[in-house]
Amino acid sequence: MSTLFALEGRSAGAALRAMLPLLALGGLLAAVFYRQPLAMSYFGLNLLLNLAIPVAFATMAQVVILAVGDLDLSTGTFVSLVATIGATLLPTEPLLGVVALAVLTGVYALAGALVEWRKLPSIVVTLGLSFIWLGCAVLLLPVPGGKAPQWLVAAMNVKTPLAPLPIWVALATAFMGYLLITRSSFGTRIRGLGGHAAALARAGHSLVLLRAQAYALAGFFGVIAGLLLVGQATSADANIASRYTLVSIAAAILGGCEFSGGRVSPAGAVAGALTMTLAASFLTFLNVPPDFQIGVQGAILVLVLGLRAGIDLLEGKP
Amino acid sequence: MSAIAPLANLRIWRHRAARAPWLGSTLAALAAFVITIANGQIQGVAGLLAAALSFSALTVLVALGQMLVISTGPGNADLSIPSTIALSSAVSMLVMNGSDAMVLPGLLAATGVGAAVGLSNFGLIRLLRIPPIIATLANSLMVMSVAISFGRGLKIKPPPIFIELVTLRIGGIPLLAMLALVVSLLVWLVVERTAFGRSLCALGQNARAAEFSGVRTVRTSLLAYVICAGLAGLTGALIAGFAGGNSLDQGDEYLLLTIAVVVIGGTSVSGGRPCVPGIWGAALFMFLLVAMLNAAGASAGLRMLLTGAIIISVIALAGAGSDRS
Repeated sequence: MSTLFALEGRSAGAALRAMLPLLALGGLLAAVFYRQPLAMSYFGLNLLLNLAIPVAFATMAQVVILAVGDLDLSTGTFVSLVATIGATLLPTEPLLGVVALAVLTGVYALAGALVEWRKLPSIVVTLGLSFIWLGCAVLLLPVPGGKAPQWLVAAMNVKTPLAPLPIWVALATAFMGYLLITRSSFGTRIRGLGGHAAALARAGHSLVLLRAQAYALAGFFGVIAGLLLVGQATSADANIASRYTLVSIAAAILGGCEFSGGRVSPAGAVAGALTMTLAASFLTFLNVPPDFQIGVQGAILVLVLGLRAGIDLLEGKP
Repeated sequence: MSAIAPLANLRIWRHRAARAPWLGSTLAALAAFVITIANGQIQGVAGLLAAALSFSALTVLVALGQMLVISTGPGNADLSIPSTIALSSAVSMLVMNGSDAMVLPGLLAATGVGAAVGLSNFGLIRLLRIPPIIATLANSLMVMSVAISFGRGLKIKPPPIFIELVTLRIGGIPLLAMLALVVSLLVWLVVERTAFGRSLCALGQNARAAEFSGVRTVRTSLLAYVICAGLAGLTGALIAGFAGGNSLDQGDEYLLLTIAVVVIGGTSVSGGRPCVPGIWGAALFMFLLVAMLNAAGASAGLRMLLTGAIIISVIALAGAGSDRS
């Protein structure tokens, strides 16, 4: 009887924990609607959540890296570089642009292979990568400018039925992440690499190849994030997404991913990305002075994580 | 005892040389120095050396703290350093208010502000059980807000004697570098010779084992975070003096720079193995690398690209080995 209770308590706690990203998002949305009822419309929601689309993909990139037990400090600069390619090469020489993006993804994969092969700390390798990406972006686009291809701009302004584009994209991203990382055998291997690499090696998998694949997938998500971003912004700059690195880490952790590797939640991460973006606009609604806006963003992060710790404590986890 | 000490030291050094985690970065720094001089577009050896020592001294001061934090175990890093520097440099300029007599109180205030940030970092990690990287990140956002509201539009010049002190060279060696050297020696002694230092290594290598063997893990970790932020605070004041006033983005480069310097210097990212001498080698290397590329006439973009490629190569060649947990 008592074991049953403990089990029930734990599953309730786990469910609550899993729901926390969504609850935070819901709470924030409710607060925005309360302050500004006009936001509760097709147009209002589109405006509020638009910026979250590229952030969601950047967060998925970070989730893949977190899944293999690493940390990517180059997400922001990579997305910026993709955006500059999108605003310079892609419209003028589409073929060259696509090749460049493929090469970048390849470099990401190589970095992953290097991390595994030489047993290097991912933090430092991605730190080095971030310099490389930024350097390339500055070489391509020394001053802000460029022009995104017309089809990308048009795609980002599509009027989707029922709900605005950001909501559909968020749902699709969450579902895709779920299929790819949580359900597929590939995703299981990736998470296994973060959770217990030795077991995978015993089972005959090449860890170098696996980590390279994971990094390539992260690069792929980063490419999508950069293209969507430049489609929205219509022009680019070498630092356009520099804050994405920290935002993507925060969103992924907010969404229930863990640093220890192997434990990630793609759907939660998308909710985390929406929450982080919404937190910024919410503060404008509240007339929080700009000086304190980033501070309140930090406070929201602390609050949600504090709640998570509270749930753990009630469950009696040490 | 005095007879034994050098002997023991020798043995330690021989042992270290065998492992020599600091050797790679030091050799790389030397190579960068020689190449820069060979390129010859720099104002001579002495000038380059003094500039390298001054800038590296600031890097070393912050990186020493980062090293302590990283050594407390996997997943530990202080991401709040840029905000701490932004806040402490503003506070130091406010306290000094351009008056020579207030230099010391200003420095103390900056260090104190830093230590307070470190305390709050640790509070978040400990009380809310947030992963350190996220806790320091969230805290850095909040500290930055305070720094913005404190420091915006602050146009206080550092006191004349402070400017003189931070740019003073004695026999060609900058005073800042001497200060950084003294602090490095202190940290090295603390790490190698005190209970705290040994506890730090034990904690970083295996937190559970350390706990079971009676190491005061909470206190050790607390001290590491407070010392790190305190050093960042002190450096914030020095940077403000060096730059002729405070600005909010003064600390930005120190986030990635300190992590890179600590790791390139041979400290284990997975914790438990700090390496003080490597910090100097790596800090000099990072400065000289940029100087070398500048001397070779590389553009800003190319410089960053090459810096990244060289960081990765150095790490890959030095082979962090079993460093990954």
